[in-house]
Amino acid sequence: MPSFVITEKCDGCKAQDKTACQYICPNDLMKLDRDKMKAFNQEPEQCWECYNCVKICPQQAIEVRGYADFVPLGGSVIPMRGSDSIMWTVKFRNGKLKRFKFPIRTTPEGSIDPYAGKPEANIDNIKKPGYFTHQGAGKALPSIKK
Amino acid sequence: MEKETCTFSYCQRPEVVTVESDLLIVGGGMSACGAAFEAVRWANAAEKAGKGKLKITLVDKAAMDRSGAVAMGLSAINTYMGENDPADYVRMVRGDLMGIIREDIVYDLGRHVDDTVETFEDWGLPIWKKDDSGHTLDGAGGGKKLKDGGKPVRSGKWQIMINGESYKVIVAEAAKKALGLENIYERVFITKYLLDEKEDNRIAGAIGFSVRENKVYLFKTSVILSGCGGAVNVFRPRSVAEGQGRAWYPVWNSGSGYATGAMVGAEMTMMENRFVPARFKDGYGPVGAWFLFFKAKATNSYGEDYCTGENFEETKKLYSPYAEKLGTCIRNHMMMMDMKKGKGPILMNTDKAMAELAKTMDAKQIKHLEAEAWEDFLDMCIGQAGLWAGMDVEPDKFPSEIMPTEPYLLGSHAGCAGFWVSGPDDLGAPADWHWGYNRMSTVKGLFMMGDICGASGHKFSSGSHAEGRIAAKSGIAFILDNKGFKPTINKPAEEITAEMYLPFEIYEKYKNHSTAPEINPNYIKPRMIQARLQKIADEYFGGISTWYMTSKTMLEDGLRQLMMLKEDASKTAAKDLHELLRAWENYHRIWAIETHARHILFREESRYPGYYYRGDHLAIDDKNWKCFVNSRFDPKTGQWNVFKRDYVQLVD
Repeated sequence: MPSFVITEKCDGCKAQDKTACQYICPNDLMKLDRDKMKAFNQEPEQCWECYNCVKICPQQAIEVRGYADFVPLGGSVIPMRGSDSIMWTVKFRNGKLKRFKFPIRTTPEGSIDPYAGKPEANIDNIKKPGYFTHQGAGKALPSIKK
Repeated sequence: MEKETCTFSYCQRPEVVTVESDLLIVGGGMSACGAAFEAVRWANAAEKAGKGKLKITLVDKAAMDRSGAVAMGLSAINTYMGENDPADYVRMVRGDLMGIIREDIVYDLGRHVDDTVETFEDWGLPIWKKDDSGHTLDGAGGGKKLKDGGKPVRSGKWQIMINGESYKVIVAEAAKKALGLENIYERVFITKYLLDEKEDNRIAGAIGFSVRENKVYLFKTSVILSGCGGAVNVFRPRSVAEGQGRAWYPVWNSGSGYATGAMVGAEMTMMENRFVPARFKDGYGPVGAWFLFFKAKATNSYGEDYCTGENFEETKKLYSPYAEKLGTCIRNHMMMMDMKKGKGPILMNTDKAMAELAKTMDAKQIKHLEAEAWEDFLDMCIGQAGLWAGMDVEPDKFPSEIMPTEPYLLGSHAGCAGFWVSGPDDLGAPADWHWGYNRMSTVKGLFMMGDICGASGHKFSSGSHAEGRIAAKSGIAFILDNKGFKPTINKPAEEITAEMYLPFEIYEKYKNHSTAPEINPNYIKPRMIQARLQKIADEYFGGISTWYMTSKTMLEDGLRQLMMLKEDASKTAAKDLHELLRAWENYHRIWAIETHARHILFREESRYPGYYYRGDHLAIDDKNWKCFVNSRFDPKTGQWNVFKRDYVQLVD
């Protein structure tokens, strides 16, 4: 269905300026039903199961049910994404559980200064090989040896 | 058939917002983020040098944090040179892509890419390391950074392992900070690039619509950096119900990069190329780490290596000397030989591989190894983990089936379909391979990046970011060399807007004709356009239903049917902005597949056995076809011209 929204948990992101799942879905699938104030996946056959709606939902109202045309029922894969790591709970059809935790970033979210520690570009060198970073560090790019 | 027009008699007229900038980045994926990072730095330098302020704008059909092919995340960076020579990288790419690549572009990418990877690490991407005793540390486990001599964990000669769940979030954060949020337009889908009125063959802008509100955006610009990904779901997929969303490549790659460039007459190259990855069946989860990192072997169901013995001897007869290199397509070819003999399912022997590794490891290390195996899926193909959970597959207990997928068009993974671009001028390439601005297409001011920069595959995520940076730098140089140019769009905005909103007009005009709006003789819905496109491509252009087989007669008939579909696309009906998005995406898909079919028709040999076969020219014919096949659509006459360009070897 891939991603589906649990009716009881979804609050239509009424406390936010926009619905989180609608904001993030790379394929424009999540839609807010304004009458019910609940989100839903409007085109399940175009869902990549990227889990971005699942990970971003502030109510943890979104889960994934495997593609009906080849996944037997009963299993689930559920993430809990924190600021520096993600926890996964994989539940098998036979009830077995596996849990994994992986780091996701080594810097605080929102803290990136893209050019920190990088040299300035020198406009006189714009037609010379290399990025501003190569040029600024005095690194010459190699060429094909004949 | 009567032609429909939009006069806004039935649908609402959108507000037209005009945005003027010097450089427009179209797309928000890896190459676009790289372009933003590099372009802003050079634009700032230009301003400081008194050359004026340059305005850089980015437009993305989704949200940059999670757009493009890396939206889900990745478990590895597949292109990092490290201790390797870029010349060896060229040799690898050339071998895998059956001998015909632009070696200038590939070498250029190889010599740039490490800076980009090391920058990712500065921004916070966790990269696995080997400690002094040779043990693996995950990306948050400390250890020296790559730029300080840290040793990455290689899963292959070119690949390094990462904890990549937030790979795109990190890269996008840097790009957004560099650009400034006020210069980013998210949820705006570009339908067409626009040419200049005064000067032939020169870019003047792009137009698209908001998928959130009733607004059309007209971007006037002298440079476009195009990074809109490959083409997915153009062939009928193996899963045709909701499982078609589980495409191997991102389902939102709608061929827009190919279509927008082709329509304005940019020369294309190697559009006959495609990629048919062999992946875990249905879930399409990655096998690379299993092959490279866990040393797993793929066999037929009798435990036999399908790339040896009789299969190999037969393959050499048709495809020597390429067969001996065992490139990706050749291995597919031999896998299918066994499948046709009924020796399937083809199996990835995960159980044997893990048992083998466990011989030298303790319980804790084994548990860690198992987590690594699962992370490979959970970072980049969560659906595969869901499939294994649903099927009770435990990879250490029994093997899993692998299978070749439906075909995909792309130029940054293991494929090279794209545009013919100017390369670097310092690598000894033929004079007509570079025309001043690296990665600029044959249309002035239009640059190509990532999946749509042709004849140069195996860039992957890092290489696409690296290529965006290369294109951005030369895009800025182009602007500075052309300061006097003022773009003038060659068509009135009203006319383009009416064309863009035509699917709304058609729907509103006819929707009450029938009781069920999905079934109506006056129009076709985007979903059915896609179904018909996939059926034509599958049955005539060498999809799964013919075991990737096609021929001159099949291609010609398929193209005839495709042209009728292209006509019918002018009768697409959309009930809301979401369907309008699908309508235009599928129109782009039609263009992408048309170029693919025209190129296969022209190339009278089977250059990529295992990806597709010309049944009327089953062998590889180096004497006549070790060359690029290029094409150009003439926007003035509407005619296609397909032709050869010489291949030149630059690296021995």
